[in-house]
Amino acid sequence: MEIHVIHYLIVSTVMLFCGIYGFFTRKNLLAILISVELILNATNINFAVFNRYLYPDALEGHFFSLFGIAIAAAETAVAIAIIINVYRNVKHVLTDDINELKG
Amino acid sequence: MDISLLDIAFYVVAAVIIFFSVMAVTTGRIVRSATYLLFVLFGTGGIYSMLGYTYLGAVQLIVYAGGIVVLYVFSILLTQSDRNMRYKIPLAKFLTVLLTCLVGAGLVIFLLVSNHFALVTIPQGVELPATEIGHALIGADKYQFVLPFEVVSVLLLACMIGAIMIARKQK
Repeated sequence: MEIHVIHYLIVSTVMLFCGIYGFFTRKNLLAILISVELILNATNINFAVFNRYLYPDALEGHFFSLFGIAIAAAETAVAIAIIINVYRNVKHVLTDDINELKG
Repeated sequence: MDISLLDIAFYVVAAVIIFFSVMAVTTGRIVRSATYLLFVLFGTGGIYSMLGYTYLGAVQLIVYAGGIVVLYVFSILLTQSDRNMRYKIPLAKFLTVLLTCLVGAGLVIFLLVSNHFALVTIPQGVELPATEIGHALIGADKYQFVLPFEVVSVLLLACMIGAIMIARKQK
């Protein structure tokens, strides 16, 4: 019994749409960021899986996932810094409360 | 039809990923949500390892499960986010989003199933050697990646400085 490429792709599809669902329904900024992490993870899995199954001799998808992980770490660090600063100014981290762009 | 240990491991990891990614976006407590995200990230690392990309799986465990989740937990505690999770979304919006996601997932899975690459297989358990990754990561030839490697290091430095500048206390 072999694992086909479709099994990996279904897992990553479910993860992607969970992320999209959370992105639309959550109002807490940190919960939205967690959903974004799910979406990024699903794309990284897809890159690795397509690289491994369709072009096993090449390494492009592998390195795209690697750099994707690094860039996701950078994005998370900056986003959390912004969220902590928002909390310091507004005392809430809900999307409804962040509606004025004053310095 | 014989079932090997790798198959069992894959299906267990796939079930864990699906279950915990659904839980991570539906639970009402944000600390639990971050914990479920941690399990999803562990499962993703397991999937990379099963594909033979053990180096990528190790990076996933170190950077995501080791670094980012800790960052999440600290920022959750700093922003009192559990108090900020009590809200209601309108039923119409909830149903719209649910319908969108279900229809989208169904469409994508249908397109995947009806495609010809869906039944491609590879020999299981073949590991990508780390020397090959190292040569590709710091080589400057075609299909080698020293330029994005350096660009990512500059990006990480810039984002570190930016995060400190944004999050520091104003005088």
